[in-house]
Amino acid sequence: MQQAFNAALTIFIGVGGCLFYYFVSNIVLDRIYPAKGANISANINKANAIRPWLFLLPAMILLTLYLVYPLFWSIYLSFMDKDGREFVGTSNYTWMLGDEKFRESMRNNILWLLVVPAFSTLFGLLAAALTDRIRWGNFAKAMIFMPMAISFVGASVIWKFVYDFRPEGTKQIGLLNAIYESFGGAPQTWLTSEIVNSFLLMVVLIWIQTGFAMVILSAALRGIPEETVEAAILDGASPLQIFFKIKVPQIWGTILVVWTTITITVLKVFDIVLTMTNGQWGTQVLGNYMFDWLVRGQDSGRASAIAIVIMLLVTPIMIWNIRNARKEMR
Amino acid sequence: MENIVGQKSSLTWAVNIGALLLVLLWTIPTFGLLVSSFREKDQIISSGWWNSLFSQEAALQVRSAAPDTAKQVDGLFVIEGSAFEEGQSGAIAGFGTTSKEPNAVKVGETTKTSEGYELTVNADGTYRLTSPTAFEGTRGERFFVSTKQPPSFTTENYTRVLSGEGLARGFFNTMTVSIPATIIPILIAAFAAYALAWMEFPGRALLLACVVGLLVVPLQLALIPLLKMHLAAGIGKSYLGIWLAHSAFGLPLAIYLLRNYMAGLPREIIESARVDGATDFQIFLKIILPLSFPALASFAIFQFLWTWNDLLVALVFLGSTEDQLVMTGQLKELMGSRGGDWELLATSAFISIAVPLIVFFAMQKYLVRGLLAGSVK
Repeated sequence: MQQAFNAALTIFIGVGGCLFYYFVSNIVLDRIYPAKGANISANINKANAIRPWLFLLPAMILLTLYLVYPLFWSIYLSFMDKDGREFVGTSNYTWMLGDEKFRESMRNNILWLLVVPAFSTLFGLLAAALTDRIRWGNFAKAMIFMPMAISFVGASVIWKFVYDFRPEGTKQIGLLNAIYESFGGAPQTWLTSEIVNSFLLMVVLIWIQTGFAMVILSAALRGIPEETVEAAILDGASPLQIFFKIKVPQIWGTILVVWTTITITVLKVFDIVLTMTNGQWGTQVLGNYMFDWLVRGQDSGRASAIAIVIMLLVTPIMIWNIRNARKEMR
Repeated sequence: MENIVGQKSSLTWAVNIGALLLVLLWTIPTFGLLVSSFREKDQIISSGWWNSLFSQEAALQVRSAAPDTAKQVDGLFVIEGSAFEEGQSGAIAGFGTTSKEPNAVKVGETTKTSEGYELTVNADGTYRLTSPTAFEGTRGERFFVSTKQPPSFTTENYTRVLSGEGLARGFFNTMTVSIPATIIPILIAAFAAYALAWMEFPGRALLLACVVGLLVVPLQLALIPLLKMHLAAGIGKSYLGIWLAHSAFGLPLAIYLLRNYMAGLPREIIESARVDGATDFQIFLKIILPLSFPALASFAIFQFLWTWNDLLVALVFLGSTEDQLVMTGQLKELMGSRGGDWELLATSAFISIAVPLIVFFAMQKYLVRGLLAGSVK
């Protein structure tokens, strides 16, 4: 009860406080520069110059304090020792280059980057193309989209059950081993067999992200001008030709957007690896490795250095995004 | 486009089957866990969940009634009874005298036991054991029947998990995290979005670029400095800390979504309100905010799903004591320490994803709209 009360109180204070700030600051501004009297136009101009900043101030404070400032502090911390007290130069970075587990994380992250966006986009495109043509398309879409609502941890439980292993001779309760056995294979401990296990973890993320790709691509496919498709049909193009030669080229921009968005998700992947293997058996990735050094290793220097690497990997996409956004706003 | 020439019926079939396959592939893993959460603990680990949907054959060991209950009929010693204990029911598919072959003999037929007795078992479970001489020993004869069990499900797991195990507490904790963390950023973002969309000031383009850039900043980067900041500020690991963190992390997307939506509102409305002497503050509260409801709803769903499903931020900014552990954290612990307790895991997982799924199906329209507006084009 206490907790519910505190939460309600916070909503009340938070929202009330914000509203109070916006109301009062605007009233004060109108008092200082009233839109009347001798220098009315000068007053209006001054008020108009200040008001945007009143609107922006809370957001800017939060963003600066919680995102911009940590960015720089992380850079600073990555050159410090494990408690953040002494300057150690680039030793965290040189340690990283020589660390076997870090190399493994890098390797896996690159593998994830190659596989997950590609398959998610591909399946998403396939799902969009198929579901747009059938009567029960909306239902099918909802089903494929559903994993988006499930937490990464929940998804991990679901898939860990699929990958479950029982010794040979007993009945398999994991779907994968049951299928594998029915084709004559001996049951495998999938999550501990190297290489394979990384791909099995990727399946989980592909399963989640396909719905996202499908929704965006489906909207893009519907936005294609019908004349282009009709012209192709008149010219005798087959349905497959229409799809690959007429439709897909027209939505390249959207495909790229979907691809990069999923890429960012992949770079930050953490929950799936933590809960399914905790980075053992050759499945470590940067997100989880960083968390490992933060919580288990208690070393903010090394953890920060790994976080900086993730940031560097995201940066090209960030710049690309900013450029696109600016182009669009012009 | 359905009735344009070039659509062949064979293609329609292929499309339907393809879509069906995809849907099955995407739903079966979840469905499997859902079914398992309604099965008994022993059932889950002894057979695959797909078996539970159909009648199952199960071998049952039966011991006949004791020899002293034998009756003499027409010169034969006869023991009669039922293979089922009281309260049990089902149908017998076959029977046998060894555990390896509980299905060796068809119901109604007769077989010889190792002691030379004649045994008949009927489909309803009644058996008849006969012998020309008196039965020996004090214990009944052992034999095996193979029964067909109808699918059986139980809600016992849910009662158990919700009453004990602290999951109800976790549910409550998750709620405590996500509701304020959804409401607080909306208001702050709406004001900022309005300024970025409809007010003229120097540096606007730069600020907007910053917001777009911050959209992709990995959370991992912010964790360590923020934790130190919270500890230094005396907030420590508390709900206040995680509310602030979630609010700030959600802001870039909120500002971006809302700005794009507000910028698309018709200019005439705002201009005419300005001509009528309304201040920006009034325009925002009375015109823009009500008109932006769809965008506000989109973001609210996003933020709610994200805060409800989050594990990383909760692990770092909240403690692991009973009054702070959220459901995703509990699931993680369960997977680590009791990875084999599938009935607990399955049930807990479904309780934790129930709320997001309800929100998802109820507000899918807004979620899709938000996704379309939120991906940087």
